[in-house]
Amino acid sequence: MIYRYNFYSSKESLKGIRTFVADTLLLFNLTEIITNQLVLATDEICANLIIHAHQTNENDPLELSIENKKNKIIFEITDKSDVPFDLKNYKQPDILEIVKQRKKGGVGLMLVNSVMDTFEIKKKENYSIWRLSKNIPVPQRITIQTDPSIVS
Amino acid sequence: MQINILQDSKFYAIALKGDLDAGSSILLDNAIEEAIKLGEKYILINCIELDYIASAGLGVFMSYLQEFDEKKITMVVYGLQNKVLNVFQILGLDQLINIASSEEEAKNLNHDIQV
Repeated sequence: MIYRYNFYSSKESLKGIRTFVADTLLLFNLTEIITNQLVLATDEICANLIIHAHQTNENDPLELSIENKKNKIIFEITDKSDVPFDLKNYKQPDILEIVKQRKKGGVGLMLVNSVMDTFEIKKKENYSIWRLSKNIPVPQRITIQTDPSIVS
Repeated sequence: MQINILQDSKFYAIALKGDLDAGSSILLDNAIEEAIKLGEKYILINCIELDYIASAGLGVFMSYLQEFDEKKITMVVYGLQNKVLNVFQILGLDQLINIASSEEEAKNLNHDIQV
């Protein structure tokens, strides 16, 4: 099952994104802490795209999807901006160095890397897909089979 | 996000309510900056009603740690919900920031540090 959420590039969209993710994850019966971590990772990617790639241009549409597979939840954010981000050359910053430099940012992707099992950016011709996944056994659709012999 | 500030003779208390994210973190930034300008030495951050914190919120706290150290300012964050505390722990910030479970403990921690 794939759950989709469309939003525009505005900081005001972030609350709706978090609500969508949290509400969707309710279906999977996860702990509050794991749910919050997955909400956080998605929020961080969306905030990065909204602020840095789209400069909070409220006319730019983005799409978030959540898919549950057998032992995995996959989050994909589809972005049509042409601002490149080189994930392969991204270096995890040192927390103490950030504190020393009095920087207010720089730990968003660190959080994402810490809580997700995979994080990749797929480049397509006119868009890119930011793909996050978490290995968690989630319930699939339940099929109830009744034995006709016990039906009165 | 809602921020309430309460000043008394000993403490400068900042109460956070709601979500501290990329859009609202500027409010916390302004509140801490104001406390520093006023020459406050003991800042309490009440997080009992803080439901969510993103990296932008953590970044505000982190950006002042050096200045707190230089100006001998003590900040204690208290009343964190488990899911919010977990976000601090992911980055190891619970080792760099004073965290207390209750207001009483936070005030005592300030006292201990003062002594």
